Amino acid sequence: MTAPPPLPKWADLFVLPVINLLVAFFICGLIILALGENPISALVVMVKGAFVYPGSLGYTLYYTTNFIFTALAVAIAFHAMMFNIGGEGQAALGGLGGGLVCLWLAPSLPAGIVLPLAILGAAAFGAAWGVVPGYLQARRGSHIVITTIMFNFIAASLMVWLLGGPLLQQGQQSPQTEAFEPAGQMPKMHDLLGGLGIETTSSPLNLSFVLALLVLVGFWVLIWRTRLGYEIRTVGHNPDAAHYAGINVPRTIIVAMAIAGGLAGLMSINELQGVQHRVILDFTAGYGFTGIAVALMGRNHPIGIFLASLLFGALYQGGSELDFEFQSITRDMVLLIQGMIILFSGALAYMFNPPLARFIARVAAKRLEARHV
Amino acid sequence: MKKLIKMMLGAVVAVGVSTTAYAADFKPAVVYDMGGKFDKSFNEGVYGGIKRFIDETGVEVMEFEVTNPAQREQAMRRMVNRGATVVLGVGFAQADAMDKVAADFPDTKFAIIDVNWLDRPNLRQYAFKEHEGSFLVGMAAALASETDTVGFIGGMDIPLIRAFACGYVQGVKHAKGGVDVLQNMTGTTPAAWNDPGKGAELAQSQIDRGADVIYQAAGGTGIGVIRAAADAGKFAIGVDSNQNHLAPGTVLTSMLKRVDVAAYETFKDAMSGDFDTGIRILGLAEGGVGWALDEHNESLITAEMKSQIEAASADIVAGNIQVHDYRSDNNCPR
Repeated sequence: MTAPPPLPKWADLFVLPVINLLVAFFICGLIILALGENPISALVVMVKGAFVYPGSLGYTLYYTTNFIFTALAVAIAFHAMMFNIGGEGQAALGGLGGGLVCLWLAPSLPAGIVLPLAILGAAAFGAAWGVVPGYLQARRGSHIVITTIMFNFIAASLMVWLLGGPLLQQGQQSPQTEAFEPAGQMPKMHDLLGGLGIETTSSPLNLSFVLALLVLVGFWVLIWRTRLGYEIRTVGHNPDAAHYAGINVPRTIIVAMAIAGGLAGLMSINELQGVQHRVILDFTAGYGFTGIAVALMGRNHPIGIFLASLLFGALYQGGSELDFEFQSITRDMVLLIQGMIILFSGALAYMFNPPLARFIARVAAKRLEARHV
Repeated sequence: MKKLIKMMLGAVVAVGVSTTAYAADFKPAVVYDMGGKFDKSFNEGVYGGIKRFIDETGVEVMEFEVTNPAQREQAMRRMVNRGATVVLGVGFAQADAMDKVAADFPDTKFAIIDVNWLDRPNLRQYAFKEHEGSFLVGMAAALASETDTVGFIGGMDIPLIRAFACGYVQGVKHAKGGVDVLQNMTGTTPAAWNDPGKGAELAQSQIDRGADVIYQAAGGTGIGVIRAAADAGKFAIGVDSNQNHLAPGTVLTSMLKRVDVAAYETFKDAMSGDFDTGIRILGLAEGGVGWALDEHNESLITAEMKSQIEAASADIVAGNIQVHDYRSDNNCPR
């Protein structure tokens, strides 16, 4: 078998992901059919549940916000060829940092001061949790995959101890802190839009979404338009060459992991300052892990990550509607659909690459022939 | 058609105790928590009560299992918007969401299990005195132990599970002085509720340290504890539902927490129209907790053990023995 011709960039970036998605949906459709439901009506419910029903778009974008932060945390580390599996722990610690700021300052200061400080606090605590594995990798050679996973457990233990003990709200038994005062709460989008005279249904979507969009732009500037971004990418491509070129490789790895931790930490702003208005246990709910798949699917590029986050947000929200509408479809089905998408666009990403490349090459050749004749 | 007849029959049954209009408008809903309704433990206990209600009345119950914290409030609102007249929440983690939703829909009835600190006129709250039930199985453990060492394995390290452990320790000390209690928690993430492998490992390590009776309050993880104890020929103690049948002969007894009764009663009361709100604290006196004695373990419980446990049970009901609740001051007396 001869090597396939290279795939044109437009096909690689757009056609291939769409094919992967369609195949994943097709297989899920077969499974839904086997369950005795109509796959088309299931798809309609899912799309309507994610975008059309009142408030659903808000939920979709709210989930999207979580995925943007955790996926960027994976992506920046990946540009330095580091696998950051520690998004869960970094986000949990970010929640602690932002939460402490709100518990401490919100009773006395206005939101305009408290919220920026909470964002800084979340980023700082998350970054601290990313720096340690980064340091251990860069200076001591401990594998980052192992250390970041272990740091997830350390973070979980720390949060259980704090929320079950020193920070526990008295008079009840759920492991959670006191509620944040209003100054520590991120404004909700439907309130802001309502203030402008646009009536929308209540949803958890809050100003953190705008923060996420700003961070996406910042990410692009950092990686492709700054010296640090260049160093990170160089280290990722070839650490030896980077070292030869005078780049401080360990320092770059540590900085990249600090930024990664900070980005993951920002996810807590959406969850805690945005929705729960207190620090609760396990608010990370697996977003840190799903962020890996989102980053993979988004090819570590801000635009790709935004689209992949939107897709996963829609799956989360639309999937829960499936659960409501169909008795035979449970939440596990939603997990299955996600799994299929990850399988086809991640693990099997290049399965359709050679046939598609040959097909495009053949079409191109024919067209060329036709022109010559 | 069959379903329709069943539903009509259910309605007829309801008419017997209430008004026609009420039965026609009756639409119950339940929101399970993250463990899911088949978690072999707490949520499944609730499901048991729901199933009994469905089987008896033929009424359809809307169900939802949440997968992340934000879905709790969303699911409750969706249930009300879909016409639910009574919504049951499962577990303390849903307390905040339930508080908000119950305030927004004053005409809908709400009930929640494992919560007793909210204040809404349309909300019924169930709390259980797990420490009292744990006290009794602690006595059983101490009396059955030959090594004078017993164990406790919890799921996730949260105040609720510490209350189980604390009641257990008090029961052990009450039955017999000088018995050591080994304590382990499975973990600090929700995965701790469903890790039978780790449960078996912890049980084995406690057995190696001399424990011959191990009480588990760890959801699905507890299945591993029961398995490991059976393999080593030691005793395990079940939790929440009657788990005596899981390994007959090596499950000494089970601490019963009747969340199924709470779930069943909620819908039954709402259906018959006498749904009163407020806080219901179910302890030994109310039959909300207890210990299991059936054909699977009657050979393990001697007459002397039985009489001692029953005497203590009567004393607790009468108020002569006060079992300390860890949650009252986040502390367990030594």
